[in-house]
Amino acid sequence: MTMEHRRAILGDALALGVGTGVYAISFGALAVAAGLSAWQAQALSLLMFTGASQFALIAVVASGGSAAVAIATSTLVGTRNAFYAFAMAPVLDARGPRRLLAAQATIDESTGMAARYEGDRDSARLAFWATAGAIYVLWNLGTLIGALGAGLVEDPNAFGLDAAAPAAFLALVWPRLTSWPMRAVAIVSLVLAVALSPFIGAGLPVLVAGAGGIVVGLALGARVREGGA
Amino acid sequence: MWPTILIASGAAYALKLIGYVVPQRWLDTPLSRRITALIPIALLSALIGIWTFVDGQSIGIDARVPGVLAALIALLLRAPFLVVIVTAAAVTAIVRALGWLP
Repeated sequence: MTMEHRRAILGDALALGVGTGVYAISFGALAVAAGLSAWQAQALSLLMFTGASQFALIAVVASGGSAAVAIATSTLVGTRNAFYAFAMAPVLDARGPRRLLAAQATIDESTGMAARYEGDRDSARLAFWATAGAIYVLWNLGTLIGALGAGLVEDPNAFGLDAAAPAAFLALVWPRLTSWPMRAVAIVSLVLAVALSPFIGAGLPVLVAGAGGIVVGLALGARVREGGA
Repeated sequence: MWPTILIASGAAYALKLIGYVVPQRWLDTPLSRRITALIPIALLSALIGIWTFVDGQSIGIDARVPGVLAALIALLLRAPFLVVIVTAAAVTAIVRALGWLP
């Protein structure tokens, strides 16, 4: 691996970390607004470390849902990490304590970055660990800033941070929407989730809509390039 | 609140670990590979919809919508990740500050 190639991977990892850190500020502020303490918000970012599940958990808490629903929702939203882990296992070939660390590092962004270097195991590994490391540090720093600053700002949404999370996820999904069947999966899932929201609460629309999108995708023969998940 | 946080975090970690400990051959069928490949796109797209158009349990258009549309335009212009996020936040903040949308 050339020095230049190495630097490009590390630069991308850092950019993703900074972008993710921006919406961590939003997470910290919203968690405190939902009734969590700053410590509890920080604990979620340190221990759970999977953004969508964290947002899902505080959304249930904010809407007055029970602890069981909050746990079930965040867990169901985090189910995709098991599949990411399965895809990353042969690439990382992590054993012993490294495997325990790899599990915690397995999130949308680290898996997505590693998938860009399919067939180049050294680059994929560097992309995975560098992205996870940069995001772990900046996600937690952003959470801290958001949680502590939540009391200072009357409305954290005044900075538009509530649009940062959907924008970031759009940017993650975007490179994978290269064919019409894949676009159909995304559009069906998106529309179904929105349409179901008034009728079933607490994270279930995401799962039902996701299942619907996958069924449509399989029917249309949607394919991602090998290892592109 | 602490039991909720710790149990949910433990479950999240268990899910991440499962993929590293199950034998690879278990999920190594063409159908499960295709489903696995579609899961992130489907779930993330559903989340994008909810975080853009849903507030609590009601559907509506607020300042997040122009923000995410701006992000879409930035992506069409091949803007890097960071620019996409900052654009979305900035457009939403401006629309809100001008009082055009809540």
